[in-house]
Amino acid sequence: MALLSKKDANLIKDPLADNNPITIQVLGICSALAITAELKASVVMAISVLFVMGVGNVVISLIRNIIPSKIRIIVQLVVVAALVIIVDQVLKAFAYDLSKTLSVFIGLIITNCIIMGRFEAFALGNGPRRAFLDGIGNALGYGLILVIVGFFRELLGSGTLFGIKVLGDPIAKTGLYSIGYENNGFMIIPPAALIVVGVIIWVQRSRNRALIEEA
Amino acid sequence: MKEKLHQLKLKYQGKKMAPAFNALHTFLYTPNETTHSGSHVRAADDLKRTMNTVIMALVPCLLFGMFNAGYQHYSAINGFPENFDLFEHFLTWDNFLVGITTILPLVIVSYGVGLAIEFLFAVIKGHEVEEGYLVTGMLVPLIVPVDTPLWMLTIAVAFGVVIGKEVFGGTGMNILNPALTIRAFLFFAYPTWMSGDKVWVHEAVERAGTADAISGETILGSLAQGSDYSYSLADMFYGFIPGSVGETSTLLIILGGLFLVFSKIASWRIMLSAVLGSLAMGLIFNGIVEYQLIPEYSKFYTLMSFPYWQHLLVGGLAFGIVFMATDPVTGAQTNKGKWYYGFFIGFLSVMIRVFNPGYPEGVFLAILLMNVFAPTIDHYVVRGNIKKRLKRFKTATIYPKASDEVDSLKTETA
Repeated sequence: MALLSKKDANLIKDPLADNNPITIQVLGICSALAITAELKASVVMAISVLFVMGVGNVVISLIRNIIPSKIRIIVQLVVVAALVIIVDQVLKAFAYDLSKTLSVFIGLIITNCIIMGRFEAFALGNGPRRAFLDGIGNALGYGLILVIVGFFRELLGSGTLFGIKVLGDPIAKTGLYSIGYENNGFMIIPPAALIVVGVIIWVQRSRNRALIEEA
Repeated sequence: MKEKLHQLKLKYQGKKMAPAFNALHTFLYTPNETTHSGSHVRAADDLKRTMNTVIMALVPCLLFGMFNAGYQHYSAINGFPENFDLFEHFLTWDNFLVGITTILPLVIVSYGVGLAIEFLFAVIKGHEVEEGYLVTGMLVPLIVPVDTPLWMLTIAVAFGVVIGKEVFGGTGMNILNPALTIRAFLFFAYPTWMSGDKVWVHEAVERAGTADAISGETILGSLAQGSDYSYSLADMFYGFIPGSVGETSTLLIILGGLFLVFSKIASWRIMLSAVLGSLAMGLIFNGIVEYQLIPEYSKFYTLMSFPYWQHLLVGGLAFGIVFMATDPVTGAQTNKGKWYYGFFIGFLSVMIRVFNPGYPEGVFLAILLMNVFAPTIDHYVVRGNIKKRLKRFKTATIYPKASDEVDSLKTETA
C-alpha cells in the first residue's frame, strides 16, 4: 500500500508544478524579489515558510469548527503571527547573521498571501491530515521557485553558491576570471529576480500550454 | 541565379527552415512576390527600406567613430596635437586602423548574435524573420565604449533581443527600445566597464597600473567630479572628444537627423520637443546657479552651471534624441503625444545627468522611462480628442433636411 493515496499525493505534487503559488497563482512575489540574491537566504526563507504553513494549516484545520466565521481572519493572523515569531526567535538565536540578512522579511511572512490563501481556501474546509499535506505542498512549491531564483542570482551575480566560490580561479590565474569573466551586477538588484521569475513562467507555460491564461 | 533561388523557395515552402532562407533571400534580392490581398496603399518604402535609410544615416557616425577611436588612443599617448589639422591628425590610416580593429568586432558581434536569435525565434515560431534588428544591430556598437569586451556584448545583445523584444512578440510589439535595453543591461551588469575615465580610450584598461597608463575622461565625467575639461566648443561640436563610439560628433548626428526628417522616417516633432525639453531643464539649472540657490561646494554645482545649450553637444543626448527617441515602435504615436514624449525625454535626460551620483549620463534611462509612458500619453491624447469631439457634437446645432425628421433628431441630440 502506498504511503499516500493518489488524491493526497496530488496535494503535494500540484503546487510544485501545475498549480505553483508563485508562477501560476502569482502570489508571494515580494519576498521572492527581496531575499533571493543569495541562495542561503532563499533556502532559509523556504524552510521558514514550510514550517509556518505546515503547522499553521494543521492548527487552523483543528480549530476550524470553533472559529466564528466573522472573526476568522483575526484568528488566522494570530496563528501565523505566533508561528512567525517562533521562527524569528529561533533564527536570532542560532543564525544571527542570516536573520540580519533576512531582516524584516521573516516578519513579513505574516503578510505572505500564500499562507492566508491556503488557510482560507483549504484549511478551513479540510481535516488536519489533508491540511498538513496541502500546507507542505504549497510551501515546497514556493520554496522551489525561491531556490531556483536564488541559485541563478547568486551564481551569476556573485559567482558563489551558499557563499562558497564556485566560478573563479581554483589555482591562481587559471580560471574564468583570469580570462576576463566578470560577475553580473545586474543579477544582484531585485529587478533581476522579476526577470528570472518571468523566464521560469515563460518556460513552464511553453512546456505545458494548458497553463496559458486567456488574454 | 535569381530564378533558381525563386524555385528553391517554392520547393522549401512550409519547411522548418523556410523563414531563415526567405530572410536571406529578401535581404539580398528583390522577391518575386507582391502583396496577395488586403492592402490598398502601396508604396516602395517597406520596413526593409525604412531600416536601410536609418542605417545610411548612421554610417557617417560609425566611420567618424572609427577615426575618433584612433585619434583618442594616440592623443592619450602622445598628447593632443597643438595645431589640429583634420587630415594630418584625424583622418589618418593609423587612426582608422585602430578604429576598425576595435569597432568592427563590435559590429560583427552585435549583428551576429542578434540576427542568430531573430532567425532562431523565426524558425521556432514559424513566422518570417523581421527586419527590426537591422537598425538595433547598428545602434548597439555606436552607444557602447570602444573597448567593451565582446563576451559582455554577446550576453547583453542576447538579453536585449530576448527579454526586450521577443517576449513581447517581436518587431513592432516591443515596449522598450531593444538597443537601449542592451545598453541599460550593460550599465547595470558591468558598471566598471561602462563608466569612469578608463573605458573611453582604446587600451586604457589594459594599461592601467603600468608606466604607460593612459586615460581619457568624458566632459560629463569631468564635470561630475567638479573638475574642468580641456576641450573647446568646436571639439565638442565636431566630436573630437572621448565618449561612446558613435555619439561624439554632434555635426554628423544633425546631418543624419536632417536626412531622417526629410526622408520622413523619423518624427521632427519628437526631435524638436526633446531639444526644447533639454534646453528648458538646462535653463532651470543655470537659473538656480545664477540666483545662488545652491552653495558652490555642492557636488551638483559644476554640472548645474554647465551652459544649458552645451548639454546638447556632449554625451549621448543628441544621438539619443535623433536615433533612439524617434523609434516609431516604442515612441508616442499621436502628434500631440509626440510633443509631450519628446519634451520629457530632453527634460529628464538633463535632470538625470545632474542628479545621478553614479554615472553622469541619463539619456538612455530617460528614453526607456518615456518608452514605458508612451502608451499612457497616447491614451490620454486620444481620450482628450474624443471628449473634445463629443462636446462639439453636443453643442452643435443640427439643421434638419426634411421636416419629418426633426423630432427624431431632437431626441438624439437631447
